[in-house]
Amino acid sequence: MNRSPIEKSANGADPKHGTDEKMTGTARIRVIRRLGGYLLRYKALIAVILLFMFASNFFALIGPELTGRAIDAIEPGKGYVDFHTVAVNCALMLLFYIASAILSYINAVLMIRLSQRVTKTMRHEVFEHLTTLPISYFDANQTGEIISHISYDIDTVNTSLSNDVIQICSSIITIVGSLVMMIKISPLLLLVFCITLPMSILFTRYKAKKVQPLFRRRSAMLGTLNGYAEEMLSGQKTIKAYHRESVIIDRFDTHNKNAVDAYYEADYQGCMIGPSVNFINNLSLSLISMFGAMLYMFGKITLGNISTFIQYSRKFSGPINEMANITAELQSACAAAERVFRLLDEAPETPDIQDAETLSDVQGAVKLDHVQFGYTPERVIIGDLSLDVSPGKTIAIVGPTGAGKTTIINLLMRFYDPQSGVITVDGHDICRVKRDSLRAAYTMVLQDTWLFHGTIFDNIAYGKEGATEEEVIAAAKAAKIDTFIESLPNGYHTVLSDDGTSISKGQKQLLTIARAMLADASMLILDEATSNVDSRTEIQIQQAMYRLMQGRTCFVIAHRLSTIQNADQILVINGGTVTETGTHDELMQKEDGVYRRLFQAQFEA
Amino acid sequence: MSLGLLIKFIGTIMDLLLPYILAHIIDRIVPTRNLSLIVLWGICMIVCSVICMAGNVIANRMASAVARDASRALRHDLFSRIMYLSCHQVDTFTIPSLESRLTTDTYNIHNMLGRMQRLGVRAPILLIGGIMITAHMEPVLTLIMVAVLPFITLVVFKISQKGVPLYAQMQRAVDNMVCVVRENIQGVRVIKALSKTDYERRRYEKVNEELVQYETKAGVTMAASNPLMNIFLNAGLTAVVFVGAFRVNAGVSEPGKIVAFISYFTLISNAMMSITRMFVMYSKSIASANRIGEILDATEDMEGLPQSDIKAGEPYLVFDNVSFSYNGMRNNISALSFSVPKGGTLGIIGATGSGKTTLLSLLMRFYDVNAGSIRIDGKDIRAMDGGELREKFGTALQNDFIYEDTVAENIRIGRDIPMEELRRAAENAQALAFIDAFDDGFDHMLTTKGTNVSGGQRQRLLIARALAGKPEILVLDDASSALDYKTDANLRRALRENCPETKATILVAQRISAVMHCDEILVLDNGSIIGAGTHEELLDSCDVYREIAQSQLGGVVE
Repeated sequence: MNRSPIEKSANGADPKHGTDEKMTGTARIRVIRRLGGYLLRYKALIAVILLFMFASNFFALIGPELTGRAIDAIEPGKGYVDFHTVAVNCALMLLFYIASAILSYINAVLMIRLSQRVTKTMRHEVFEHLTTLPISYFDANQTGEIISHISYDIDTVNTSLSNDVIQICSSIITIVGSLVMMIKISPLLLLVFCITLPMSILFTRYKAKKVQPLFRRRSAMLGTLNGYAEEMLSGQKTIKAYHRESVIIDRFDTHNKNAVDAYYEADYQGCMIGPSVNFINNLSLSLISMFGAMLYMFGKITLGNISTFIQYSRKFSGPINEMANITAELQSACAAAERVFRLLDEAPETPDIQDAETLSDVQGAVKLDHVQFGYTPERVIIGDLSLDVSPGKTIAIVGPTGAGKTTIINLLMRFYDPQSGVITVDGHDICRVKRDSLRAAYTMVLQDTWLFHGTIFDNIAYGKEGATEEEVIAAAKAAKIDTFIESLPNGYHTVLSDDGTSISKGQKQLLTIARAMLADASMLILDEATSNVDSRTEIQIQQAMYRLMQGRTCFVIAHRLSTIQNADQILVINGGTVTETGTHDELMQKEDGVYRRLFQAQFEA
Repeated sequence: MSLGLLIKFIGTIMDLLLPYILAHIIDRIVPTRNLSLIVLWGICMIVCSVICMAGNVIANRMASAVARDASRALRHDLFSRIMYLSCHQVDTFTIPSLESRLTTDTYNIHNMLGRMQRLGVRAPILLIGGIMITAHMEPVLTLIMVAVLPFITLVVFKISQKGVPLYAQMQRAVDNMVCVVRENIQGVRVIKALSKTDYERRRYEKVNEELVQYETKAGVTMAASNPLMNIFLNAGLTAVVFVGAFRVNAGVSEPGKIVAFISYFTLISNAMMSITRMFVMYSKSIASANRIGEILDATEDMEGLPQSDIKAGEPYLVFDNVSFSYNGMRNNISALSFSVPKGGTLGIIGATGSGKTTLLSLLMRFYDVNAGSIRIDGKDIRAMDGGELREKFGTALQNDFIYEDTVAENIRIGRDIPMEELRRAAENAQALAFIDAFDDGFDHMLTTKGTNVSGGQRQRLLIARALAGKPEILVLDDASSALDYKTDANLRRALRENCPETKATILVAQRISAVMHCDEILVLDNGSIIGAGTHEELLDSCDVYREIAQSQLGGVVE
């Protein structure tokens, strides 16, 4: 980390400035190399593709040579045409062209398969990586933006791979092939390219450098736009309720304008490349015509030679032209790939330590020892929390909103790690056990109900691998939701669509409770688990809950103090520390206690 | 637009002139052995090239600007339309699908618009111009070449006809994938808690696999167009050489012409190539365009009533025999009637799924009643336009949304409200203390979905949002469930004492204590009213209410 200033300045490209807007050459090479890494996984397929590509381009290259021969046979003019040669060459031309077309089709199909495999792998890896990312990543990034990585960015890379890479490879073959053929005809005429070729290369490189940051901006702006759209779509009802549609549309327009402007700016520079390179090609054509005509005049070459040479020079410059066009595409692909890679490089949850233990047969003794935590280092949420819970006890956590109740749950489940202090379960430091086994030791019901697109049955059965129908129905009964489910036309097979309104918040919560009841863990976390359920139903489920809580260590967060009166221990936390602790009765004894005041407030007018 | 066309036209014509000059040099100038003339014509070619470049660059930029403006307008229209879709329509389209239409599909169109304009002008000009010049040079050979064009057209047409549905399928598969990813992001806590990561991976693998298959299918189909076209074009080329041989032998043509002809042929075949590429693009974007069209064409499904007569002398807010069903099968609200006088407060309590939130959705006209009517100040809400109706309300819904912006903006939500009003609303909502505790107070940035504040803080922000507009009707749907009792009690006192502009307050709650002081309380069950009256009356008359009260208030019931 501590590099000397001299070393820093010696490092040519300034690493600090403009890292966001500009991509240094080495960074681009790194992205390309990494992309290449994906391709290289399919070495065999690539070898076949290259072989076919070579053959198909080779056949296509023979065409002009044959045309030239045919024209030479025509050259003598009226009455002297060598029909035999013409016919033979024409037949051969046809043959080679057909062969070339067939090969190029096979090649394209193979290439599509290759690029699809790469895309699939990439999508797979991105998703795989998403599943390992810490909760904090999802708390900090917009859903729409994350989705835009997995759909738009990967899609851009995919298009570029299947179209552009094949173009480039076949271009290279064509260029080399044409070059060889042209040398054969007239090395002298080839000198023309000594002027024009460096021009093309220099120009393309110069432009590419200029355009790259614009493409990065274009991707970034689109990501922002998508993020905003997702956010606003999910809040559509509220926007309607406040009749703010027009304001939101205006704001969307700003993002929209930024996105299309960024697109345009990239295009503005990018679209110069094609015509400019085309110009350089036309320049070579003009020069070749001039010098070719002179050479012909002095009898150095034949007319057929000129025709062939021009065809080859077109073949030669065509791909260069294409490649210039492709640079634009490639750059946007590079920018997209970079964003994908950046996501892949997001630090995952700190992996389980080596030879981490697996928690099994958890008794449920939970201990917090001087735990300190804040989501950002500056703002401490939990100051210094110590807590000792014996197995099978129910701990209620009470406190004013914002006191850090949910944060404790985040720490218990290891969604976040404390900055200092230790949390143990059955004496095992939870940072030293396998995360999965720790989380499997808990059943959790959150205030935030989450259901996925699928049947009610699937949503409940989600809690337990291979749950039987009886188990699911029993859980639904215990959660007092089975009557409702059966009243639906399709019963347990009703499909819950995203954000569907035909099912109320409370019912959603009951479904998640049913799900939790199926999951059979030794510890239980209820974070406002019944906040959307009416209290009659709550009482009914409570019996089932109590059964569930029997003999399990249980952490309950609730605002209805009536639901936590029976807890073995009540923690009143405020400002991240425990300010009061004891049973309901003990806490009610304290004349001036926070708990007592809270409890009485609920009956106050 | 027409200027752009002209510029592009000139640029492209220059491209066509080059081989013509070439033929001229070989056939006319070379035999004269005049070196300076060759150089002169060569310079002519270079000049043409320069004009060609300049024309194309300018035209491309103009095209790019057109594409920018067009897709900006399209995206604007689409987003506006989506914002004004009825809740029922949003439910049908689903949010992930709307989202991918708004992003991926409009992006496809933007891409297509840019390229189409460039190729779309250039390719036909090259094609037609090429044919015209060759026809002038050698009509017979041109006919041979033109003869292959119908075949190519047929091939391209057939293939793109097959391609469009394939791309539509592919887009649906994209929707599915987005749906799974979205669910995984939103449910990340539950998934991790239940250790369902592997299950989710498999679910994702399935949609990924499906998407890849559709992509491959579409790609393989479209890939056939290029090689097929090449075969036809090159067959034409061969025929030209062959027939050309006869024509030269017969003395009706010259070898130089054939050389130039072949040069044009490459030009023409490149143009054809561009045209097929356009068809591939077209097939892909037509699928996107259809999906966008579906939204833009969605008819207004909430019809306003014509100006209905105003019933005078009615209570402020009236529900008159209202029935409603989400799916048209089971009534979620049936034959509901009640009223709220000016200045009244109404409490609504009832079991989970009894229709509390539905009732509010009808009042706010997120959905239209199936029978009966809802009137405010004697006027049917269907006869008001959306703004007139909704501007009366201040609402805090269950788990309402917080977006990535400052605290102030989240309370203001785009309305024109001065700072002191915001502070006042925050104070009444019991939010001022914690807002002021932020280093940057009202300028504190909230994360998307408000993940950096606690549940209770979130609810108070939402209530502040509802109060900030000084609404006529205040609607709180279980908006204080995450508040501790003390804060909740303070909030209720503030609502009662500090908000004189409110003409009606509707509180939906689970807690008796949140509604017990209302002027009237409705007890809902299964979409109908099973009890109505004040707290005391209901304790007497309604068994369900009494039961709830006892369970919550313990023995303290008086």
